[in-house]
This record gives sequence, C-alpha cells and structure tokens, in this order.
Amino acid sequence: MAKRLDLKAVDIFYGDFHAVSDVNLSVSPRSVTSFIGPSGCGKSTVLRTLNRMHEEIPGARVDGEVLLDGEDIYARSADAVAVRRTIGMVFQRPNPFPTMSIRDNVVAGLKLQGVRDKKKLDEVAEASLRGANLWKEVKDRLDKPGGGLSGGQQQRLCIARAIAVQPDVLLMDEPCSALDPISTLAIEDLIGDLKKEYTIVIVTHNMQQAARVSDQTAFFNLEATGKPGKLVEIDDTEKIFSNPHEQATEDYISGRFG
Amino acid sequence: MTERTTAARPRDPQDEGSAAGSATLDTVTDTDPGRGGTDRGKATPGRGERIFRGLTSGSGLLVVAAIAAIGLFLLVQAVPSLLADNANFLTSPVFDTRDPANLNFGIRDLLVVTLLSSLFALVLAMPIALGIALFLTQYAPKRVARPFAYVIDLLAAVPSIIYGLWGIAVLAPALLPIATFLRDDLGWFFLFAPGNLPVLTGTIFTGGVVLAVMILPIITAVTREVFSQAPRFHIEAAQALGATRWEVIRMAVLPYGRSGYIAGSMLGLGRALGETIAVLIVIRAATTPSGFSLFDGGYTFASLIASAASEFSQPLPTGAYIAAGLVLFVLTFVVNAIARVVAGGKVNG
Repeated sequence: MAKRLDLKAVDIFYGDFHAVSDVNLSVSPRSVTSFIGPSGCGKSTVLRTLNRMHEEIPGARVDGEVLLDGEDIYARSADAVAVRRTIGMVFQRPNPFPTMSIRDNVVAGLKLQGVRDKKKLDEVAEASLRGANLWKEVKDRLDKPGGGLSGGQQQRLCIARAIAVQPDVLLMDEPCSALDPISTLAIEDLIGDLKKEYTIVIVTHNMQQAARVSDQTAFFNLEATGKPGKLVEIDDTEKIFSNPHEQATEDYISGRFG
Repeated sequence: MTERTTAARPRDPQDEGSAAGSATLDTVTDTDPGRGGTDRGKATPGRGERIFRGLTSGSGLLVVAAIAAIGLFLLVQAVPSLLADNANFLTSPVFDTRDPANLNFGIRDLLVVTLLSSLFALVLAMPIALGIALFLTQYAPKRVARPFAYVIDLLAAVPSIIYGLWGIAVLAPALLPIATFLRDDLGWFFLFAPGNLPVLTGTIFTGGVVLAVMILPIITAVTREVFSQAPRFHIEAAQALGATRWEVIRMAVLPYGRSGYIAGSMLGLGRALGETIAVLIVIRAATTPSGFSLFDGGYTFASLIASAASEFSQPLPTGAYIAAGLVLFVLTFVVNAIARVVAGGKVNG
C-alpha cells in the first residue's frame, strides 16, 4: 500500500529512437505528483514505464532503475504482469469493459488475482465505488453494463476499478482530458481524497489542474524535435508555479511557449 | 476567369490546367462540376451526382431482383414435380425419378447428409479457425503474421475439384485408422455407429474433414478481421490490471469479436452446405437409408443435383431436382440470415 517510487537514470527507447533521457525523480507515498510539459516531451512515456505498460509496444525498452520501495520493477526476477497488478492505471479515455456489468468492471482486477468469494467481491465493489464517489449514482444498477454511464461516471468507474486492488501506486494519464468541467472537478476532488491512501502520479496538459491537485510537479521538455525528452526540473508545486528554478519552466507555465 | 465560367466544359483538359494554376479557380472547379452558372451548380445536385446515385441504387436493386428471380424460378419449376410426387417429399429417403410417370422422391437423406457433413465440418473448423485468428492477431509478430495469413487465404483459392481429389486419394486412406477406431471403440454413440457403406473411406466423416479444410479460410479471415479491430484502449485496460496475454484476450478481445466469429462461422457453414464437386467426389453413394452416422454415405443436395445434371431432359424429373435445390436455397438463406442477425448485434463501442 502506498509505496515510494524512485527513478534512477531512466532512459527510454522505442527501437532506435531515444524517447526520454536520464530521468531522476522520487515520489513519496501518499502524495500527488504531476507531470507537465509540451506534447511529445515524453511525460506519458515516463508514466507508462512506471507500470511497464510501454513495453507492450514492440521494440520499446528501458535503461536505468525504477524502484518501488527500493525494489527494481525492471529486475530480471520481476514480472511485468505482477508489477501491473500492484500499480493501477487510469487512462485518458474512459475504458470500462463494455460487456461487463458495473460490478464486474470494478472487481475485474481482483478476479484476475484469483479472488472468487462473492461476498468479498461485493464488499470490495461497494468500497471502491464509494472511494471513487460513484456509489450513490450506480448502487441501483450494478448489474447494468458500464458502457451506459456518462463519460465522467465511466472515468470514475475506471478509478474504482484501479483502486479495487489496493494498488501501491496509482497512475493517471490525462484522466480529465475527455471530460467536461463538472466531471473534471469531481475527479480532481477525488484525487484529493485518494492521496490520503495512495501514491498518485498524474500526467496533465492542464497547468491549473497540476497546480490544484499536486504536491510536487515535474516539468518535462524537449530541446528539439527528434531529440529525447528531458526532465527539466521537479519541485514542490507551489515553487514550480511561483518561482521555478529554470527559465524554461517559467516560460512554459507563463504560457510563453508550448 | 470569365471565359471559363461561361464557356468551358468541365472535363476540358485546358480548363483543368488553368484551374490548377490558381487557388480561386480551384475552389470553383471543386464545388461546381461546371454546368454553366456557378451558383446554380451548388444549389441542386449535379448531373454526375444523379447518375452516380442511380448507378449505385440500381446495383443494389439488381441484387435483390436477382435473388427474388432465382427463388421464383426454383418455385415455378419445382411445383409441378412436387404435385406429381408419389412419395412424401420431406420424409422419403428415396430419390427415384427414372419414370416420369411415377416420380418417387424425398429429401430426408439429402437433408441428413448435407447437415451432418456441414455441421461436422463446422465443429472441426471453428476451434481451429479461432486458434489461428488469435495466433495471427494476438501472438504472432507482424513479420510472421502477414505471410501466414496469406497462406490461410490461399486455402480459399484452391479449386474445389482439387480438394475432392485430395480428399478421396490422400485423406480418406489417411483417416482410415481414426475412422476404424471411432467405429470399433465408440460405435455405441450414434454418430460413430457402423454406417450404410461397406467401407470406411468416402463417408460423411471424410467429406466433413474435407469441408472443414475448405471453410477454414473464410471463418479465419472474418474472425481475424474482427479480432484485429478489438479496441486498443480496452486491451490496455486489461493489461493495466495485470492481465496475462490469455486474460487480455478473454476480457477485451473475445467479447468484442464473438459476434464476428459466429457470423464468420455461419458464412463457412453456408459454403459447406452448398459445396458440390468435392462432396460428390469424396462421399460415396449408399443404397440404404442413412442412420445418422458419420460413417454413412449418400448424396447432399448439391452433389445429387450435380450427379444428375447430365440427364435433365424431361421437365418433371428435372423439377424434382429443382425442388431439392429450392430446399438448399432456403437452407443457405436461413443460415446467412442467422449470420446477419448475429453480426448485426455487433455494437461493442
């Protein structure tokens, strides 16, 4: 539960293409870290290395260490599938399984881990839906397909699905970019609640959102097209948005480029 | 510009040339196919539009008309013979049309042999097609998947006569040990009971295996297509939960592709029901009625009609075969309709 994450000299490649170079950062347990930066700078790529999702793309590989409470998730003995079971992920586009009921969607991860006890599954489904602020809206239609919900509800369903397995870390890849402002607010409030129990890393294009929800912010940038993306700086969110160390960060957050 | 809009014909190469030279002219050329006035062309659909619409809807109607005409033809030709039939058309196992004055024909055995061989083929082909489609879309690297898919498609290009020859000359003897085992050790089960043929080669069993190979490509092609379109974001959802490869398939690929798989299988079944020459060569004729065993022989609708085609001289006996053809027509129609209904339910957003 709520583990610490450390990246040490992480380089990410897609085949011959060097996508991100030399990332070093730390994420404390029970905090929110946001990744910001212009499109193509590699922030989503970095996020996807944190649960070994990026290696589903043929030719992708990672150098360096990604430590989860000191254990390298890329160690020879580590298994990508096992890693993903302890690190939850929420995607840009809400993606509940369309043929599964709302309840089955929430407990899909638990079922993968072999939990079959119906009572336990029902309990977790309720707790997770409550945790995702969705319980009241769906408690009367748990057996209906998840595809029938609104976009914002679907995204909260996906969050419920991710937290149902009590992940060590929760990754969010632009979770609000497909949502309207009201749903966005609901998700942001939820992130605030969730950080009491989970370590959260969120990629966002919305700098106000980063300022609102996160404790620390990492700014990624690209020197030029074709060059690898870089972590420019990471600091307390307050510091980044008021008095950043690097000129590039200041230019970006004040809207001078990107 | 003035000269162009008043005088030029739209397909005039010189006009195309001048239009390409200028952006303004370009837009005019695009929106107005050039029947004189520029504004008028935008308001009403152009003549090309009307012709094209006529051609496309005409093609559509033509197909419907053709199918209706075929059905009507079969019905008109079959009715006099059906009225002259002295046997029960639906339940008689005999198909005797030698004496036009005393027709005795029924489709019981044709139906049994046709359905038994086709369904057996389907039972064999469906799991293999599923396996191939999953392998090609989920497991094989692209470099392997593409040539492999070509090879499968090539199976569909082999002429049926070749399958027939291969079936009777190569496959039938090769299947003999399996057939013998099934009959001797599992003969208590009606499908494997001793049949009405003196030998175990050239049975419905053999024919079904040949048909299975023949319908494999179509089922595989349709299934592969729908599986390859399984949405990336559902696959990622399963992966991110820590699903193994097989679990990803079960959670995100199979639910999405199931209706397409069934629809493809129905198309394959339709093909098996209508297959003629390979079945005619492989499955031997039998003298006694079928007992619902895979080791029976006999004729399917298609193979019976083909075998008798050289003797279609008198209208009444010919009509008897046309009546059989009508049943096959309806049968394949029903199968295709089922496929359509199943595929129509493919709304997996």
